[in-house]
Amino acid sequence: MSVMLTLIARDVRRGYVGGGAGLVCGFFLLAVVLFPFAIGPDRAVLMRVGAGAIWVAALLAALLPVERLIAPDVESGWFDQIRVHGLSLPLVMALRIVAHWLAFAPPLMLAALVAAGLFGLEAAALVRVEAGLLLGTPGLAALAVATGALTAGLRGAGGLAGLLLLPLALPLLIFGAGSGDMGALKLLAAVSLMLVAGAPWIAGAAIRSVRD
Amino acid sequence: MIVVLDRVACARGGRLLFTHLSLTLAAGEAAIVTGPNGIGKSSLLRLAAGLIAPFEGRVTRSGRIALTTEDLALDTERRLGEALSFWARLDGLAAADRRVAAALDTVGLGTLTDVPVRLLSTGQRRRAGLARVLAAQAPLWLLDEPGNGLDLAGVAMLERAIADHRAAGGAVLLTTHQPLELADARTLALEGFVAA
Repeated sequence: MSVMLTLIARDVRRGYVGGGAGLVCGFFLLAVVLFPFAIGPDRAVLMRVGAGAIWVAALLAALLPVERLIAPDVESGWFDQIRVHGLSLPLVMALRIVAHWLAFAPPLMLAALVAAGLFGLEAAALVRVEAGLLLGTPGLAALAVATGALTAGLRGAGGLAGLLLLPLALPLLIFGAGSGDMGALKLLAAVSLMLVAGAPWIAGAAIRSVRD
Repeated sequence: MIVVLDRVACARGGRLLFTHLSLTLAAGEAAIVTGPNGIGKSSLLRLAAGLIAPFEGRVTRSGRIALTTEDLALDTERRLGEALSFWARLDGLAAADRRVAAALDTVGLGTLTDVPVRLLSTGQRRRAGLARVLAAQAPLWLLDEPGNGLDLAGVAMLERAIADHRAAGGAVLLTTHQPLELADARTLALEGFVAA
């Protein structure tokens, strides 16, 4: 247990100290602010597109840390040492998903409060958006870790990560932005759970293939 | 036996590096792997560490391993002591910080505990890698070119550390291009396909 906590603490610390969390929130808020400029100040329109805009911004913001999420540790031989210590790569990647979620989701959900204010969302809509983010961001974190592992060491990894992540995140976007009813929330949770369950294995295999 | 390589073959990138290589290291023993660049010295260490699978043959180990390569695997923004303590804590042994402090003293970096890893010189990084190995207290040391970047005092420190580890019942498998004075160490010269 202490080994797992040590790994999570290290990655959470890197997320916050490295400026990743601040960058994600800053980008998210900036992207959200652009929407009213683009579609005009009509309050009714803003309220209607608010949830979707928040989700699009969250998705784009989640792309930012992907390139630095795994690649530096592959290059520095960190994962070799992890294997020498007898730790399983899928377990370590599962812990990294937890750490990444802890580093980016709570600040993002806080920033979403500000975004909801910008769109004039009512309390009930805000609760639905926050509930959607709570259920959907674990899946987003899992996708980010898997994508980071798949693109680690590749030229143009940042752009490639976007091309990989965004289509795979579409179900999260669809059910998250449409989380107006309980059915959409359940589907969002299901997709998120599936991604969290599968991503550690994919990421672990990707890292093994890079270093073998 | 601490590590046994039984008629192993290693293939990398579709190229056969060596075949029928056998090596056994018991407590107190050391083997130096030599050979030209690209012949497979580092791959042999990765085989012994279990990081790659042998193309043929079998590798068996007993006990934990400590590995150091040119890849430092330390968080460059963290202080040296903290970065090493992370790995010591993963070993699950008690008093990780104290073991790291002792290891840093041994490698001559005791005064640099609070210095960020990114500010260390090449030689200091090598010493830090050795400190991680020392703090791990593993029976088998796998050292890939451990003398690279070390000054004369550093090489002497490395030789002393290896001798102490062997005296304490450990085994060492290392690759090197430079002469190291290790008493009764076997030399394994890789010459391509078969170890001479």
